[in-house]
Amino acid sequence: MLDGILIGLGTAFSLTNLLMVIGGCLIGTFIGMLPGLGPMSIIAIMIPVAISIGDPSAALILLAGVYYGAIFGGSTSSILINAPGVASTVATSFDGYPLARQGKAGKALTVAAIASFSGGTIGAILLMIFAPALATVALLFHSAEYFALMVVGLSAIAAFAGSGQVGKALLMTLLGLIMATVGEGALFNMPRFTMGIMDLQSGFGFITLAMAMFALPEAMYLVLDPSRSNSGSGSGEIKDLRITREEARAITPVIGRQSVQGFLIGVLPGAGATIASFLGYAVERNIASKEEQEQFGKGSVKGLAAPESANNAACTGSFVPLLTLGIPGSGTTAILLGALIALNVSPGPRLMVDEPQIFWAVIISMYLGNLILLILNLPLIPYIAKVLAVPRNYLIPFILFFTLMGAYIGQNNATELLILVGLGICATVLRFADYPLAPLLIGFILGAMLENNFARSMQLYDGLGFLLERPMTVGLLALAVLLVVLPSYRARRARLRAEGAADAD
Amino acid sequence: MALDRWIALVILMICLAYGYAAFFTMDAALPPFMRHNPIWPSTFPKILSVMAVLAALFVLLGFEKGAEDPKPMDINYRRLTDYKLGQALALLALMAAYALLLRPAGFLPATVGFLAAGACILGERKLHILLPVAALAAGVVWYLVQEVLGIFLSPWPAIVMNGG
Repeated sequence: MLDGILIGLGTAFSLTNLLMVIGGCLIGTFIGMLPGLGPMSIIAIMIPVAISIGDPSAALILLAGVYYGAIFGGSTSSILINAPGVASTVATSFDGYPLARQGKAGKALTVAAIASFSGGTIGAILLMIFAPALATVALLFHSAEYFALMVVGLSAIAAFAGSGQVGKALLMTLLGLIMATVGEGALFNMPRFTMGIMDLQSGFGFITLAMAMFALPEAMYLVLDPSRSNSGSGSGEIKDLRITREEARAITPVIGRQSVQGFLIGVLPGAGATIASFLGYAVERNIASKEEQEQFGKGSVKGLAAPESANNAACTGSFVPLLTLGIPGSGTTAILLGALIALNVSPGPRLMVDEPQIFWAVIISMYLGNLILLILNLPLIPYIAKVLAVPRNYLIPFILFFTLMGAYIGQNNATELLILVGLGICATVLRFADYPLAPLLIGFILGAMLENNFARSMQLYDGLGFLLERPMTVGLLALAVLLVVLPSYRARRARLRAEGAADAD
Repeated sequence: MALDRWIALVILMICLAYGYAAFFTMDAALPPFMRHNPIWPSTFPKILSVMAVLAALFVLLGFEKGAEDPKPMDINYRRLTDYKLGQALALLALMAAYALLLRPAGFLPATVGFLAAGACILGERKLHILLPVAALAAGVVWYLVQEVLGIFLSPWPAIVMNGG
């Protein structure tokens, strides 16, 4: 492990990669602050740039930097103007915005920055311990277990989608898998489901799909509802970034607890930063003393520190399944996986053996990214916050333009842009009806791998025999079924019982 | 019927068409030497189509009660006309126009036109600021893509570039 850390240090501290972290964090903070643009959209827009860099470590470091930056920027806009750019920073605005209203915006930003920094750093340490251990186990896996593991990952994403959403999330995952079968796969050398359309020969472009699923609906929502981008309002003076000793003492245990809890939630596929931040907030409110509970929601530093450390630790945690199993647990890591595949790197347990410099450089760059956010971005925040004053009339055309450019640069094909607009309209309608879109993209990205592993096990065992001969595969598949069936069964029973009780009255 | 169940119906239709293609149209074209293979190109799509049809039916028939109250951050589609629907549709049309004009009109004119028209749709009227900003942005992005990323982007209309 020490060798790995040294290799990682060597790679991460090269001049180019340092610039990548700094640049990524700044770009991420800048764009992440714009209301309505979440990390997924930003990373999708940055992918063509990252791919053209060519060096996988540098590209991944850049994207990871953009990711932390975007989360940091998102909490800034929730604190300053109560416009959370992403779901995972909604809990931040509960106590952050009241603090800003009391004229303590500077203090709130400092607490948020310290909490994110600690959450991210503790997360990175846990990642360093967990990932190699998990990768060692994963090396024993065969294609049959891989197949089963991916099925478990996909069904877990559906299972954690929230009440009333499991069926929809499952349907979206399957739709993503179906879309992945369009085009000429490497497996059979024959085009499938192209309907004779030449442009579908190579399948749907992954960047196009990512843009259509996230960036375009976000932009459309901004257009439809101007109140979502109430930029300019409330961007008052940010001064006095210091916090007192008592406040520091109050938030330290909160940060410690929530970093660990957030990380563990982040590791689970599908749970991710949003659940971690809400759960972190709820847990801290419940264990706080009576008079502190009164403060929650009115500007409590504890209430601000809890979701901030939890969501950053969860973001780091979501790298564990990506780096060790090659299975993304969230939309963002799914996009990162797509970028890695485009760069000819296949994440998974072999990554640490075959290309340790990538693995360790990414982990080291996580420390660096967090550090840069703390020492570089915090003093700059009053200036970066000026971006919130960009008028909406300029902002939206530019967002749309970058969305189009991202898809165009990736494919160099104007038809791709029409596909992007068409899919974007579909995605917006799906969002109206509360269908989760991340499962579709995750299904799409895992589709090819899932089918490859399935085909390989079928060929090795000449049929479905691998199910019987490998007990672990059966176990994993049973777990997958259980994950999907259990929540809807329990919800149904609870509802029936509630209805029965109502009838008895 | 609520929008989510209409969507489930549409997806069900797509899945049925996909399943029909997988079950009945793909295997005939299979070369004889591949028939001994335990897995055919249609195997995985067949499984997917069956599962997707089941999932679509599950949502369509409303086995799962959704959360009743709409989330505060979301848009209520039943009152879509209360929102700026016209602007959104105009911008989508503009994006399609940009896609069609990008090659024939060249990157720079198409982009300046797109950014300026987009801002005008949203209600911007200060053209003396808007046009320079759009031109500057188009120029900078073209330079970055062409020179820094090394991806060819034809800057001027096709007629000018190809010498008439």
